[in-house]
Amino acid sequence: MTKIFKTFRAPSLETLHMSKSFGRNKALDDVSLKVAAGSFHALLGENGAGKSTLVKCMMGFYEADAGQMMIDGQEIRIHSPRDAQALGIGMVYQHFTLVPCLTAAENLVISRRDIPMVINWKSERQRLDAFMETMPFRVRLDAQVSTLSAGEKQKLEIIKLLYLDQRFLILDEPTSVLTPAEADEILGVLGEMALRREVTVLMISHKFREVKAFCDSFTVLRRGRFVGAGDARRVNAAEMSSMMIGDVGMRPPATRLKTIQDGPKLELRGVSTLGDEGRRVVSDLSLKLCSGEILGIAGVSGNGQSALIEVLSGQRPLSGGEIKINGAPFEPTRRNFDRFKVFGLPEEPMRNAVVPRMSVAENIAFRSFDKPPVLKRFGLMSSARMRQRGMELIQQFNIHTSSPDAPIETLSGGNVQRTVLARELSGEVDILIVANPCFGLDFASVADIRGKIMECRNRGAAVLLVSEDLDEIFEMSDKISVMSAGKISDPVSTLATDAMRIGKQIAGQTDEIVAGPQAE
Amino acid sequence: MSLPSASSVARPHRKPRLDPRSLALIEASVIPMGALLASALIFSLFLLMLGKDPIRFFSLVWTGGVASSFSIQNTLQRAAPLILTGLAFAVPARIGMTLLGAEGALVLGGLASALIAIPMMLGGWPVWLGLPIMALTAMAVGGAWVGLAGWLRHYRGVNETISSLLLTYIAVAIMNFLVEGVFRDPGSTNKASTMPLGPDWRVGDIPGTSVHWGLATGLIIAALLWVLMERTTFGFSARIAGGNLRAAQAQGLPVGRLAVASCAIAGACAGLAGFFEVAAVHGQANASLAAQYGFTGILVAFLARQNPLAVVPVAFLFGALAASGGLIQRRMEMPDATMLVLQGIIFVTLLTSESLYGRLPFLSVSQAGDRT
Ligand SMILES: Nc1ncnc2c1ncn2[C@@H]1O[C@H](COP(=O)(O)OP(=O)(O)OP(=O)(O)O)[C@@H](O)[C@H]1O
Ligand SMILES: [Mg+2]
Repeated sequence: MTKIFKTFRAPSLETLHMSKSFGRNKALDDVSLKVAAGSFHALLGENGAGKSTLVKCMMGFYEADAGQMMIDGQEIRIHSPRDAQALGIGMVYQHFTLVPCLTAAENLVISRRDIPMVINWKSERQRLDAFMETMPFRVRLDAQVSTLSAGEKQKLEIIKLLYLDQRFLILDEPTSVLTPAEADEILGVLGEMALRREVTVLMISHKFREVKAFCDSFTVLRRGRFVGAGDARRVNAAEMSSMMIGDVGMRPPATRLKTIQDGPKLELRGVSTLGDEGRRVVSDLSLKLCSGEILGIAGVSGNGQSALIEVLSGQRPLSGGEIKINGAPFEPTRRNFDRFKVFGLPEEPMRNAVVPRMSVAENIAFRSFDKPPVLKRFGLMSSARMRQRGMELIQQFNIHTSSPDAPIETLSGGNVQRTVLARELSGEVDILIVANPCFGLDFASVADIRGKIMECRNRGAAVLLVSEDLDEIFEMSDKISVMSAGKISDPVSTLATDAMRIGKQIAGQTDEIVAGPQAE
Repeated sequence: MSLPSASSVARPHRKPRLDPRSLALIEASVIPMGALLASALIFSLFLLMLGKDPIRFFSLVWTGGVASSFSIQNTLQRAAPLILTGLAFAVPARIGMTLLGAEGALVLGGLASALIAIPMMLGGWPVWLGLPIMALTAMAVGGAWVGLAGWLRHYRGVNETISSLLLTYIAVAIMNFLVEGVFRDPGSTNKASTMPLGPDWRVGDIPGTSVHWGLATGLIIAALLWVLMERTTFGFSARIAGGNLRAAQAQGLPVGRLAVASCAIAGACAGLAGFFEVAAVHGQANASLAAQYGFTGILVAFLARQNPLAVVPVAFLFGALAASGGLIQRRMEMPDATMLVLQGIIFVTLLTSESLYGRLPFLSVSQAGDRT
């Protein structure tokens, strides 16, 4: 395949009547999408609408069943991501694809297609430096990728595409792991580049704020079909959302009921733990959590939140301190999870909560497979009852899947999250540990999941909510703490503080601590 | 619920198509069969290059492996240990461990049963008590040996594939050391062996055949392990841990114990194969125990896609190949290693065929394999 354009010029791209089925599940049905040269186009749709499938077909990851693609009005055929790369189409995936143990510079050089057998690092490095001069972002080239923050990694992913000379950029939910400030910086720069017609951008997003602020045009998919397109600056968010879900009413925001706080209690005393590199990532952390309340832990990721959640869910050993539930020492074993009714919604469910190759029904059964009614005598399990229960919960939690026997990896991101939710929240919950529950979910699912968590609290559960999304923290929490550098601040009542103060605290101005009289 | 109810959810399907589970089953049979066919073709080319007739080869496999009742019994005889060593690979594979320790467990298990038999024979113990003790000893020793690899893996982070392979070499060395040293029977002049079992201390044949009881035992154990892995909480937990360790931890499953237990079960199977080799075939422990059954078992399990039931027919297939080896050697004047070449080719095509899962267009439930 030859390069049609070598110049730094943004191409236009069009798909015509694209269809794609997985088995009997029609993920894309006659979808046409038009992205003008130099535009910043948003691709919208609820979870499972087919957005990722569409862009993966464009990239050649999936072979579309039918349909055409045009670049600058010329028909092209793409059978693999290599073809797409050769045509200047590049994609940033929802999860990072960088090699964590290499440096940023090494990651860039090895991503090239014409990579020589023996790399002359010195001259490569000079060329890279020269290239970086022309880049709008700064990234520490010598830093090992695993030490970069999420924002830096995302910048590096984008720089990688530009380094490979790709001028049509597809971004699949690029900001879900970023703070709003990081997101604004990156999208702002891309927007300017698009304006200068250096790139064309197609972005999948669930965040109307970003779409309104940075995009100029948009297309909406619903259940695999094209439902509309328009000018993002003229159509407002409400109109976009009704295009996405049709004319069904939104679930009202979660209501907070009065609760009595004399039920189960979770207490952490002087908890410490080591990270993978043997560094202390959580040090001497203490907190108290009562029933019927949500304690929100705000903070930028990488300050020990993940390790804290891992300690509570048994994925990382404690190096000091103790965990108590209702005053009794708690070790994260299966027996104790059941005894104290501890449930969890970990972040990145594909990594932490499900087995991708097992079926939806089996994944739903992870909590219940060793108890009646699934458990029969002699350790035998009834797969019929497991499947039956799976079907009930699939109905009840509205999980879009072709069958309870489909591997969970074939579900869209939002539906994986719902499956975990169905598993963890379908019974009686005393302690609930939640981390970034709404990453990558569409607005309707977000409202839904927050509602479910709030219901749990209202029924008397003690909820620990770790989130990078300040809006979420403020919407959900009764009390708020800030986590930074493995330590946690004293909790403050949500009514006694505001986003400004917490934001400042997150940014590191912890001196003028918000404690004092407000702490009560 | 705020989302419009999904059109795809649990609605009766108008056009009943195969459900994902049957599709997966078909896929898991079609692909290995195809791989076998491909290896037969490649091997035929190899034979042609040597100036040999491939058709003659396969007809000799037929003659030597299945055509007469003698050859069938020969095949079954060789299939017996392969069922057990195949299981020894298949069970830990479910929990995501690649263990190459079956050969070592077989050798040590066989040796241990031959050794424990000596005082019992000399002490005049009844055979009905002695043989089960021998079998249990073999299983315990094999289980502990491979269980060690599981323990090292889980509690010390040592790669289980390497450690189990090294343990195999150590096992064979230990066996040779003991058989040629302290435990050498003075009567064994040309091949160093342990003291032979008395004639009534041998495991007999299944009535009406010349196939020893190891085959029946293998069949029963395959069925039991299938139930264990597919129908019990242990098997389910093992699949969770094998599929995603972090998810298993977050479910509070005892992942360490699961790993060690799976390895111990594997070692016990291989040890039991060693017991039958000693008590039914050789009558004593010597270097013939290390007859590569442990390694061929890996191939068996691979072709059976780690399914304990599928291990049985695959073991018959390899038993037939082994049974016809001698005939082919004589009639076609080909070296001993010919069968190893065929096995190697099968192994490589099998590994290659792994990449086909999820990509056969007529079986597209999911294309998850396409993901990055
Ligand atoms: N590899 C696959 N095999 C089978 N079905 C799939 C596969 N990938 C996606 N699907 C199905 O296609 C539909 C669309 O999924 P897709 O991932 O494109 O959704 P999405 O719009 O990206 O959703 P989200 O916002 O949750 O990421 C879903 O119903 C999903 O179950
Ligand atoms: Mg998606």
